[in-house]
Amino acid sequence: MVIVLGVESTAHTFGVGIVSDEPRILADSRFNYVPEKGGIHPREAADSFIKNAPRVLREALVQANLTIESIDAIAVALGPGLGPCLRVGATAARALASYYGKPLVPVNHAVAHIEIGRMLTGARDPLVVYISGGNTIIAALHGGRYRIFGETLDMALGNFMDTLVRELGLAPPYIVNGVHVLDRCSEGGKFIDLPYVVKGQDTSYSGLLTAALKAYKSGARTEDICFSAREIAYSSLVEVAERGVAQLGKKEVLLVGGVAASRYLVEKFKTMSEYRNLRIYVVPPKYAVDNGVMIAWTGLQLFKKGVTVEPERAVVRQRWRLDSVDVHW
Amino acid sequence: MTASTYIGRVDKVIYLGAEALVAEGEFLGRRVVFKQRISKPYRAPELDKVIIHRRTLSEARILTLLEQAGVRVPRPVFIDPLVGLIVMEKVEGVVLRDALKDLDRESACRAMASAGTEIGKIHRAGVAHGDVTTSNMILSKDGSVYIVDLGLAKHIEDIEDMAVDIHLLIRVLESSHYLVKDELFKCFISGYREIVGDDLTRKILDKVSEIRMRGRYVEERRVRKTN
Repeated sequence: MVIVLGVESTAHTFGVGIVSDEPRILADSRFNYVPEKGGIHPREAADSFIKNAPRVLREALVQANLTIESIDAIAVALGPGLGPCLRVGATAARALASYYGKPLVPVNHAVAHIEIGRMLTGARDPLVVYISGGNTIIAALHGGRYRIFGETLDMALGNFMDTLVRELGLAPPYIVNGVHVLDRCSEGGKFIDLPYVVKGQDTSYSGLLTAALKAYKSGARTEDICFSAREIAYSSLVEVAERGVAQLGKKEVLLVGGVAASRYLVEKFKTMSEYRNLRIYVVPPKYAVDNGVMIAWTGLQLFKKGVTVEPERAVVRQRWRLDSVDVHW
Repeated sequence: MTASTYIGRVDKVIYLGAEALVAEGEFLGRRVVFKQRISKPYRAPELDKVIIHRRTLSEARILTLLEQAGVRVPRPVFIDPLVGLIVMEKVEGVVLRDALKDLDRESACRAMASAGTEIGKIHRAGVAHGDVTTSNMILSKDGSVYIVDLGLAKHIEDIEDMAVDIHLLIRVLESSHYLVKDELFKCFISGYREIVGDDLTRKILDKVSEIRMRGRYVEERRVRKTN
């Protein structure tokens, strides 16, 4: 049995997961940085990670009932993400690997989101829709890599949602009882005309944000703004995904990343899947958001294929693109 | 296909895309192509209506503009933006993507030059096509090329819009016609340059290289190394 410990620290979560190749999740320990106001402040997030990292790591080992000696490899998300945050996880993982003489496995955070989704849902050859606070990517595996079919040209969908509700004075917190504030404030809203942008196979949300906030300043009702902005943002994503399945001939769609937890968005995908005859897979909410388990799981696949890195060469890569990673399995 | 029931008929569906159903048939006694935009149940009905209305209207307007500017595009015959229908004259010929496989070098070059001329005329009319592929070009019997599917076309805002068109074509040549891509592209540009002029063509091609380097598009995307 091979056991891998994975460290995640790309944005607001410092997480440690431990998995075995049975496959089984042996531990899942997390610390979430929640800003008092505004969005993620990278340095403050990193500081809070440093304070909490030892506890999170210890807790994971206790959950798994393992000592660090019985771990076969240390996996770490080296990117893409926020520099200061990434460096905390990278430093911790490099230290563990060198001190205990364990192989270190470099993991791409985006690949990890997809792989944990595939593992937990059983999707085989899906069109992947990866939507989170930092990413909006539509991709599919082809020729040993996740090729990007379409993506956002400016803001990520999650970033758009957060910024909108924050500027409307409704957040933080952005998520209440597992539901995003944008989904809450949309209730009872009526459709008002805001810009809908799809450029070829790419989406764009910055113009929509500007127009929505302009409407707010000129006195439009909050619920109308929420409803319309959400409707447009979600629909443009579904449109691009539909183009993707049509062009690539996929029969499955896999939703991963934090925004995949939006039930309303999943509903839209389900509606599309019915007339397209697709199967929609959604990563369970617990693993839709950032976590150490997905890093450990992906690290395990890589480790089995012999992918490791010397600690002194394990530098963080803030812009490590999904389609530059070889997928060997 | 509401209107066709009374004054025309649909013979067969040519293509069912993500956005529209394309069929051929007869309308007011002419051979036509019907392009019917499809309502999307995942969109709020108000949004769905707006999108279909705007895109149909925009495509029809651009087709009319180009047709009047003397570009070889299908002539619009009937438009109903509210239901999302455009009826246009059928262009008789073979899709260039397929035709290129059988043509000898000289005829292939002539066809690509003709395509270049038409895309040049489209740009000169202030429009970017938005989906310049050899699948969207029809080689007619007299050897001239018609440009179809203006569904993603828009008015040019700056030089980048034209460069994106050319960039898209290069990508298509690289993937579908990779053995002869350089030669075909040269032929295309010779026709294009005649319309657009040396200066602007050079500027556009510089922009194309810049776009490739920027790496926004899949095959050419590069990793920006940091740390």
